[in-house]
Amino acid sequence: MERGETAVRAEIALRVNGEERRVVADTRTSLLDLLRERLGLTGSKKGCDHGQCGACTVLVDGRRVNACLALAVAHQGADVVTVEGLADGDEPHPLQRAFVENDAFQCGYCTPGQLCSAVGVLAEAARGWPSHVTADLAADGVELDEAEIRERMSGNICRCGAYPGIVAAIREAAGGGTAR
Amino acid sequence: MEFLRPTSWGEALAAKADAPGAVPIAGGTDVMVELNFDKHRPEALLDLNRVGELATWSEEEDGRLRVGAAVPYARIIGELGGRLPGLAMAARTVGSPQIRNRGTVGGNLGAASPAGDSHPPLLAADAEIEVESAARGTRMIPAGEFYTGVKRSALAPDELIRAFHVRPAEGPQQFSKIGTRNAMVIAVCSFGLALHPSDQRIGTGIGSAAPTPRRAFEAEEYAAGELDWAGRSPLDERVARRFGELAARAAAPIDDVRGTAEYRLHALSVMARRTLTWAWKDYLNGGATACA
Ligand SMILES: Cc1cc2nc3c(=O)[nH]c(=O)nc-3n(C[C@H](O)[C@H](O)[C@H](O)COP(=O)(O)OP(=O)(O)OC[C@H]3O[C@@H](n4cnc5c(N)ncnc54)[C@H](O)[C@@H]3O)c2cc1C
Ligand code: FES
Ligand code: FES
Repeated sequence: MERGETAVRAEIALRVNGEERRVVADTRTSLLDLLRERLGLTGSKKGCDHGQCGACTVLVDGRRVNACLALAVAHQGADVVTVEGLADGDEPHPLQRAFVENDAFQCGYCTPGQLCSAVGVLAEAARGWPSHVTADLAADGVELDEAEIRERMSGNICRCGAYPGIVAAIREAAGGGTAR
Repeated sequence: MEFLRPTSWGEALAAKADAPGAVPIAGGTDVMVELNFDKHRPEALLDLNRVGELATWSEEEDGRLRVGAAVPYARIIGELGGRLPGLAMAARTVGSPQIRNRGTVGGNLGAASPAGDSHPPLLAADAEIEVESAARGTRMIPAGEFYTGVKRSALAPDELIRAFHVRPAEGPQQFSKIGTRNAMVIAVCSFGLALHPSDQRIGTGIGSAAPTPRRAFEAEEYAAGELDWAGRSPLDERVARRFGELAARAAAPIDDVRGTAEYRLHALSVMARRTLTWAWKDYLNGGATACA
């Protein structure tokens, strides 16, 4: 047992967008609050703090999770990627480019979460993970058609209703051409 | 809030014995909602994420699978979907992809909500829950005895859930859930079903329609006796309907914001009838599993 960690405040060490970060924070701090309030990474949004909207979605060790439901101190040493870390320098991530080209947002509030979630979708589909609507469970990869994308993005809500653009952008980035 | 971070199962049990009020946290998808909304200020949290063995599963000598309490739903679906099709079907309806990447069956058991989606398939497949305390060692609790009341279970304050044990499906399994939309809905009610052809038996599990998840024993016995296991003749529509009625009779639902008791009873009878119909069709087609 690491007794040093039992205080009310704890030092939390994380790798965020490729950089080692260390902060001392209250043990009750969520990963979302740590990112936004302590590390100044305000791209991830707090829509509900409840796991229901997906606006806080980030990648933790390559998997998409709701940062509002992740306890920061329970993620010591984790590799976190937020929307700020998706681009390669000045070069936007292919999904970011596709979102712009396909009008995949209106107010943009949900977009950081949509983007991180979509990165997760592409990775999961490439690994052949089935979804609720996948017909061929034995296939190696999953063909990301509209139904698959909608199901797989169901943890991200868009109050502006930009869904058609979001689906089209993900299809394009997945190499499936434009949906419209 | 103290934060306890054991790195082995032994340390976790010792910590729980020292501080029975410490709240275990696995995926955190239930615990964090409470923390964020300040519903609950635990004196201490006991983080199970460093106890590596809880996130693993294995095949036991008795032929069963032993699945660690902290294996997330996404891995149950991806790694065990073929052998635990009923549980995988239920897992695919939990929350959202993000929730399924973190949420665990152990956490679902720990929360013991009557609406938890793991419970009907665990009941239908005769799962047993392995729990342990530093003082009294290991206990195996059949799923049917694990749930004792609304959000209450047979787990003692100094115990932790280590794993669940369940036989890989030897026949078709089904899960059906009614909610208001596809994603992120708490079940209005749900039903799990497993055929056990080698002992010509049916297992069932009802969710969200009684203070605890429970089996529909009368329906199980009735259908097991009526079904033509050896001759594999098609399911008589009247048997399916009667099975549905008996399944609903096992429930004791309430009216709440998600639905009325009457609606739940009706929905249950329909889900039970349909899942039996689908599973029997799979059985006739020689399929071991349904749409895993
Ligand atoms: C937006 C949203 C949607 C959801 N949708 C669904 C749904 O569709 N269906 C559903 O069933 N649930 C749903 N849930 C609830 C939750 O995701 C599940 O109950 C999940 O299985 C909890 O697992 P966890 O590992 O995250 O649990 P945690 O939050 O880590 O723990 C849950 C409880 O179990 C205890 N616990 C955890 N592990 C152990 C252990 N090894 N031993 C003893 N006690 C333990 C904890 O102390 C706590 O009381 C949803 C939650 C959210 C936020
Ligand atoms: S803020 Fe995390 S899901 Fe809404
Ligand atoms: S663009 Fe406004 S919420 Fe999605």
